[in-house]
Amino acid sequence: MPLITTRSNASARGYGAFLAAAAASSTSFESIATVSVGSGGASNVEFTSIPSTYTHLQIRGIARSNRAGYPNDGIIVQYNSDTGSNYAYHELSASGDGGVSAGSSANTSLQFIQGIAGSTASASVFGGFVIDILDYKNTNKYKTLRANAGYDGNGNGYRVFSSILWLNTNAINSIKFTQRSGNTWEQYTSFALYGIKGAA
Amino acid sequence: MPTPTYNCIATTTLSSAQSSVTFSSIPGTYTDLVVVIQAFWTTVPSNMYIYMQLNSDTGSNYSTTILSGDGSSALSTRFSNRTNMNMDYAATLVDEEPTQRNINIMNYSNTTTYKTAIWRSNRAGAGTDAMVGMWRSTAAITTILFDLEAGDYASGSTFSLYGIKAE
Repeated sequence: MPLITTRSNASARGYGAFLAAAAASSTSFESIATVSVGSGGASNVEFTSIPSTYTHLQIRGIARSNRAGYPNDGIIVQYNSDTGSNYAYHELSASGDGGVSAGSSANTSLQFIQGIAGSTASASVFGGFVIDILDYKNTNKYKTLRANAGYDGNGNGYRVFSSILWLNTNAINSIKFTQRSGNTWEQYTSFALYGIKGAA
Repeated sequence: MPTPTYNCIATTTLSSAQSSVTFSSIPGTYTDLVVVIQAFWTTVPSNMYIYMQLNSDTGSNYSTTILSGDGSSALSTRFSNRTNMNMDYAATLVDEEPTQRNINIMNYSNTTTYKTAIWRSNRAGAGTDAMVGMWRSTAAITTILFDLEAGDYASGSTFSLYGIKAE
């Protein structure tokens, strides 16, 4: 049973404990599929046949690539096998060195989410990410993604907010994740796809 | 078969001033944890930091990279080899205004990687922080302590822990 313990600064140094049972699983947030990279790595991770029964998608996970010579890398997102220059992105980022950076690109096939660990990051360091793809099945508008990502390597790091636009009105039914550097995902990299329902 | 998840594991609203809040005996049955904190501080002057410490590890095994804005400028900085994670930089605790933190602790129960957390800290009257932290341990996280630089969390502060399970 999980515990919450609070500590008072009163002279008696009293402790209070609150017990809370896990809530019933009646949420609008559902796990759809997960890919965990095994030994030997993987060049990409892909979710296919994504059901159209949700309103939004969320992808959560940790990642590390074998990008040579860098402690960081980025995730390239590709929808429905579209390899054309049909994407755009903006980002706001910080690497811990004082300044804040902004980047963007339009009409590109190299849109990416930075903040993933690369090969020169300390062993066992992985970047974390939470990616939301909004209104993914709507066929009347282009698709927008927002990402919240980063890694810290105790002396280096990267924290980023990104948005990616797909210039296409098709419903998204597959998502492929590769690396900005075109290398491979390291073992233990994990992408988990969730669906978020709208009001019934 | 899609499986419902994102469950509330534990939550509390403080009924009196407390110097720390600890989630313990966290089950290892989820993939990610999300902690939502809305907190006040009890004393003036204020601007206190919240610290997060995992599994009671007091060693210098924590580090953070920070993106912070205070309304007039933005900066990036980092803390390395610390004994805890700073949970805020500009959005520090005050007594008169609620501050909010939304913390994602990724793959907390695996025993092969160091642990990464990404979070935002917000206080409308002071600034907004986006941070990433790393705990240099491969242990599964079973305890999370939210301590303070000094003083107490005020009565009414809320702390909630959620679990998300990937199938």
